[in-house]
Amino acid sequence: MELIKVGNIIKTYHLGSSDVQVLKGVSLSIMPGEMVALMGASGSGKTTLMNILGCLDRPTSGQYLFDGQEISSMSVNQRAAVRNRKIGFVFQNFNLLARTSALENVLLPTTYAEDGLSARQHRQRAMELLDQVGLGDRMDHEPSQLSGGQQQRVAIARSLVNNPRLLLADEPTGNLDSHTSEEVLRMFQKLNAEKDITILLVTHDANVAGHSRRVIRISDGLIADGGFQSPSAAVAAGSASDAKR
Amino acid sequence: MLKMATTLKTALRALRRNPLRSALTTLGIIIGIAAVIAMVQIGEGSSAAIKQTIANMGANELLIFPGQAVSAGVSFGGGSSVTLTSADAAAIARDCPSISAAAPSVNARMQVVRGGMNWVPQFLIGTTPAYLKIRDWPLAEGRAFGNDDVDGANEVCILGQTDVKELFPSGKPLGKTILVNNVPLRVIGVLTKKGANMMGMDQDDIIIMPWTTMKYRVSGSALQNQNQSASAASATFSTNQLYPETSQSLYPVESATEQQDLPQPVSFPNVNSILVSVPSSSQIPQAITEITALLRQRHHLQPGTPSDFNIRNMTEISQALGHTTQLMTNLLTGVALISLMVGGVGIMNIMLVSVTERTREIGLRMAIGARPGDILSQFILEAIVLCLFGGALGILFGQGLSMAVKSLLHWPIQMSAPAMVASVAVSVVVGLVFGYYPAWKASRLDPIEALRYE
Repeated sequence: MELIKVGNIIKTYHLGSSDVQVLKGVSLSIMPGEMVALMGASGSGKTTLMNILGCLDRPTSGQYLFDGQEISSMSVNQRAAVRNRKIGFVFQNFNLLARTSALENVLLPTTYAEDGLSARQHRQRAMELLDQVGLGDRMDHEPSQLSGGQQQRVAIARSLVNNPRLLLADEPTGNLDSHTSEEVLRMFQKLNAEKDITILLVTHDANVAGHSRRVIRISDGLIADGGFQSPSAAVAAGSASDAKR
Repeated sequence: MLKMATTLKTALRALRRNPLRSALTTLGIIIGIAAVIAMVQIGEGSSAAIKQTIANMGANELLIFPGQAVSAGVSFGGGSSVTLTSADAAAIARDCPSISAAAPSVNARMQVVRGGMNWVPQFLIGTTPAYLKIRDWPLAEGRAFGNDDVDGANEVCILGQTDVKELFPSGKPLGKTILVNNVPLRVIGVLTKKGANMMGMDQDDIIIMPWTTMKYRVSGSALQNQNQSASAASATFSTNQLYPETSQSLYPVESATEQQDLPQPVSFPNVNSILVSVPSSSQIPQAITEITALLRQRHHLQPGTPSDFNIRNMTEISQALGHTTQLMTNLLTGVALISLMVGGVGIMNIMLVSVTERTREIGLRMAIGARPGDILSQFILEAIVLCLFGGALGILFGQGLSMAVKSLLHWPIQMSAPAMVASVAVSVVVGLVFGYYPAWKASRLDPIEALRYE
């Protein structure tokens, strides 16, 4: 079953008296374990689509099934719970809490987790993750004492602490030099291959998109290319032609 | 509960992350609470001092007089019957829980002679050592007489400042002897100056001695009216001065038979009045009830018969005391509320700035799964923690401030535990009230916009 199944999503913003339709009927699906890049120029609706896929926003109309759950009808609190337990976020500007140790930053999502695990278990997991991203010796460092690449790795560890189904990375290499970008992208590939985590990379950089196995292109509020994994899957989903129109 | 603890931990971490901002936020409350504590303590000290001053004027005193004598329908006025004894005073002091002290008083008005000087003091009083305590009247020099002086009817006395001036123009009255009604009394103490009382009578024009001395040695009879009429008879009710030729007395001299038939009751241990002090003016009604019950019992009065004594209190002064206390309390409450309001608004301002400054953090927290309620409770808890912390520091500062005022300016200070408890409670409420709006604002942020906020 698809991890993400989007059917004919429309998102309209009200700007003053005029309505602006940013997404004009988007359909796509992502299978568990995929590593997909979402590409599009600025103004294409890429960010809006990402916010909806990340359960931060709700579509004006259309269906969005995430891990079998209908998101578009969920309340604010229900979506917060989904984000907390099933989605890990990695941002362009890292968004680490200043004056807070790497370990505390990684532990942040567990604060809201209500998963029945003890603080000690959370801590154990956070330490393991920091080890995996190669920062086992810098757990007590604050963001200001870490390089950009290291900060992004802390952010990746943070996104994984609650064992999410989906890792949503918004321009994860946008603030990094090409060498560290490569490192971070390889880390995503490794996570995808070894841990079987579904990864959605949102980017405008073709090089970044090249590290993924599939590229979904969005243009002017519509999916231009790659909305479905394969023709057979597309037929199964039954709306490939709509999406590519 | 567990959730609360987690949120509290989050709030504490967030506060620790920016110590300067937290300190600035707290400052408002620290100043507010410190001002409240200092004001209340200084104010209560002043209030207590004012109360003490008014109480010294007699607000907490009760006077018990014997009832009136009535003969053939003619009332002789208050104090004309002989019902109160010094034993009544002792019993009141012993058996009435609402009073702090009781002293009998035997009064007379007669000439005092010392060497070539003479004087008629306004107050010539025989009493017990409790009298000075009730009047809260310290000695300037010498000593007060003790209970043994009362038991022995010793010939000692204490002078007020006016009498010292009139009888000892050169000063140094201690150890000297004065003559009262031809009885020599040794001066053992001098009272401090008290000035005029509410009626304009000079309170310093006083000579105090043991009531036994007064009654059994000096005055002879405590029946003031008899005493006065006796002297008055010789002084006025004679036509000698008007008609010197006809030396006829209006009151003929008693014959031996008459004297035998009407013996003078000279050794009644009765007193003119009993002075009682009550710890606070609020206990006066209770004290009156207790004294009435006790004296009726001691005087074997049947229910339904009128009391043979009157109790008077200083209603006017008591009311002044009550009003002053109320006024002081209102003033202090007003000042305290304004200080806390200022502190609270300060908290709200910095919390609002803090919410704006931390928009990105709020957006991140929401993105990774914080519900609006989590953000709301985190920010409210932060405000409450700051207020509690500020409250604790404020109590310390306020305490220090009032201590400083006490030691530098010598103002009276009174520790106020209720003020401390109340200010801690109020700081929590201030945190809740003034932290709510910024917290609510934070919880209403859209995570998408908050994350993009620069």
